[in-house]
Amino acid sequence: MDSSQLLGITTFTYLFSTILYAVIFIFRAKNLGPATTAFTCIAFLIQTAGIALRWQESYQMGIGHAPLTNMYESVVFFAWTIILFYLFLEWKFKVRVIGAFAVPFAFLAMAYASFSSGISQEISPLIPALQSNWLIAHVITCFIGYAAFAVATALAIMYLIKNASASRNVTDDSTLLATLPKLTVIDDLTHKSMVFGFLWLTVGIITGAVWANSAWGTYWSWDPKETWSLITWFIYAITLHARYTRGWGGKRIAWLAIIGFASVIFTYYGVNFILSGLHSYGSQ
Amino acid sequence: MSQPNPIWSFFASVKLALVNLLILAVTSIFGTVIQQKETTQYYIEKFGQSTANLFQIFSLDDMYNSWWFLSLLSLLSANLIICSIDRFPGVWAQIKADNLATPIKRLQQMRLRHEWVSQANTSETETKLAAALNTNGWKSERRDMESGHLLFSQKAPMSRVGVYIVHVSILIIFVGAIVGEMFGYKGSVMLPETQTTSQIYTFRTNETIQLGFDVRCDLFELESYDNGMPKAYRSKLTVLENNRVVKQKDIVVNDPLTYKGVTFYQSSYQPYQQFVVKISDMTSGRAVQATLPFQKQYAAPNSPLRFGVINAKAAGQSVKEIKLWLKDQSETPGNYWLKNGEQKIIEHEGTSYMVSAKQMYATGLQVARDPGVWTVYVGFTLMICGLFVAFFMSHRRVWIYIREEDGQTKVLMSGSANKNRGAFEKTFNALVDLVRK
Ligand code: HEM
Repeated sequence: MDSSQLLGITTFTYLFSTILYAVIFIFRAKNLGPATTAFTCIAFLIQTAGIALRWQESYQMGIGHAPLTNMYESVVFFAWTIILFYLFLEWKFKVRVIGAFAVPFAFLAMAYASFSSGISQEISPLIPALQSNWLIAHVITCFIGYAAFAVATALAIMYLIKNASASRNVTDDSTLLATLPKLTVIDDLTHKSMVFGFLWLTVGIITGAVWANSAWGTYWSWDPKETWSLITWFIYAITLHARYTRGWGGKRIAWLAIIGFASVIFTYYGVNFILSGLHSYGSQ
Repeated sequence: MSQPNPIWSFFASVKLALVNLLILAVTSIFGTVIQQKETTQYYIEKFGQSTANLFQIFSLDDMYNSWWFLSLLSLLSANLIICSIDRFPGVWAQIKADNLATPIKRLQQMRLRHEWVSQANTSETETKLAAALNTNGWKSERRDMESGHLLFSQKAPMSRVGVYIVHVSILIIFVGAIVGEMFGYKGSVMLPETQTTSQIYTFRTNETIQLGFDVRCDLFELESYDNGMPKAYRSKLTVLENNRVVKQKDIVVNDPLTYKGVTFYQSSYQPYQQFVVKISDMTSGRAVQATLPFQKQYAAPNSPLRFGVINAKAAGQSVKEIKLWLKDQSETPGNYWLKNGEQKIIEHEGTSYMVSAKQMYATGLQVARDPGVWTVYVGFTLMICGLFVAFFMSHRRVWIYIREEDGQTKVLMSGSANKNRGAFEKTFNALVDLVRK
């Protein structure tokens, strides 16, 4: 068993997990809940083992480094943090239907990592610039933030769907959308996820700046990746301020969560493939 | 406040902050789409004359240093400063407030409250409740009132300062950036092995900057992985003042050398078609070092020693093995294969020599002096701490009012939190159960 097999299996387990959550939601099959959560936890453990094994394999190849250094590895880690954050949310707030909206993000990330022809899955050695503990800290913190933003977007989509329906103020088993949590609850969770994500995005930008300074003597050079991460940061800062100081909530915040996540995706993906810059190593 | 000054109100408003942040977010996109700091020619060729003129007018070729972008950042700073001055006194008053003076009426209207009847008399009840609060981590103060007794306990009042720390940290980062911009420089130098420099050249403007000391590159090494990818660039640097060695360090990418506030970063290298050869006579101890081109004979001064590099094996640009030719008083020349950079003892016609030969490189150093960077780092640290406090801590307050009414001891417990009220409601209800036991 090698790491690519484990990570390949992960893609399908997350797909299956997505289907289970969707079944719980669509057929109101609450009794499937515990089994679904257990299955997702197992899928998560498989992925964890896959990542750990990949790490070990890199050492066996004599080029040992944490598996967080190219596009493939970071997308895999992204999926991992999404599930971790989602499971935490499910455990803490006991709302399982969120899974039907959040777990697909992890599946899509894994599917993209596994099947896109644009990204190489090979374990490659690190060029000198990437040999830094700050880089590891940078990637981990950024992706915790991104995962929280992904879940916030899942919640925002859920909010907008429920809000548009006739049963927007109902929380019971009468219709499909009535089984979703109360709008105020979804709104609150969206906000909490964004707050959590914002803190980690901030730490991610800062560790990136410290890394750049230790490698090149410039903590900020306005390259497209840095600038886009700052744009993303501005969008979430606007969102949090609009809520705290102007009392925004509901639909507006839901849309801002989606816009913010679009900016995350652009920072992460668009800059590598559409714009160019220092961070273009990710496109290998 | 009486009549608020309209200019003050403008700068103190959060609406301005929102609009300004939005403008910053949107305009920042330009500089990621338009290549920055290119020549005028580049913009004319790529976008046409009229668009290039427009770029010129709005400095879109270097927008993050343009007058309008810096104005937006200044506006953000002014906004932050004035907004904070405007609001902070009120927040401070809440931190320092005498909560035992809170009107009982307010306690009776708080959303979180519980009322019950105690079997004991008022002072016994008070003692018991104060002890219960205390053992559950809520140290309380008390005050006797005409109508009864009031207990008050709070947690993390200072957490209200969190957002101000965040806002001040933004200003501190700006100050650090300005200090770096005004008193620092960024430049580079290409320094061949064995050579010394006392000056470097700034980026773009290419001015010469005198370091005030000397830097020598003793050695540059290039390590590769088996697949040929670069693994490490390493330069052995020596800092000298008045020809005295004051500091030595092997630098690699991500691990620079700093001396007197100037930092040298490993950034690139350049291979030469030359060799650095060192030969020392093991008996006399005499050592010679020379930098020589390929197939050129070198004559050591005041000695019969002659040597040169007559052959080399290379992989790509980097030399792996070197064939050294050598002749001394014995008049019989000899050839010796050496690994690039390796030290080796050879016996030549009865004399032992310690020899080494390596391909010569120049190390490309990026050089920066940034006296503002520590200020920026202080700002970074404060920002993270401030955000943590602002997001995850809240000022929580609990009051217990005990009075005698209709011959009964009545207890009212009220609580409030400035943030995350859902979580506090649970805490409060749990606390009520605990103290009522
Ligand atoms: C000109 C710019 C800004 C102004 C005028 C401003 C103003 C404010 C105000 C008035 C509050 C509410 C404080 C309270 O509820 O007591 C606040 C909260 C906050 N601001 Fe800003 N802000 C600005 C920029 C920023 C930026 C760029 C950030 C980015 C990190 C930021 C982060 C925060 C945070 C995290 C809170 C916390 C809200 C809370 O937890 O209550 N602010 N800001």
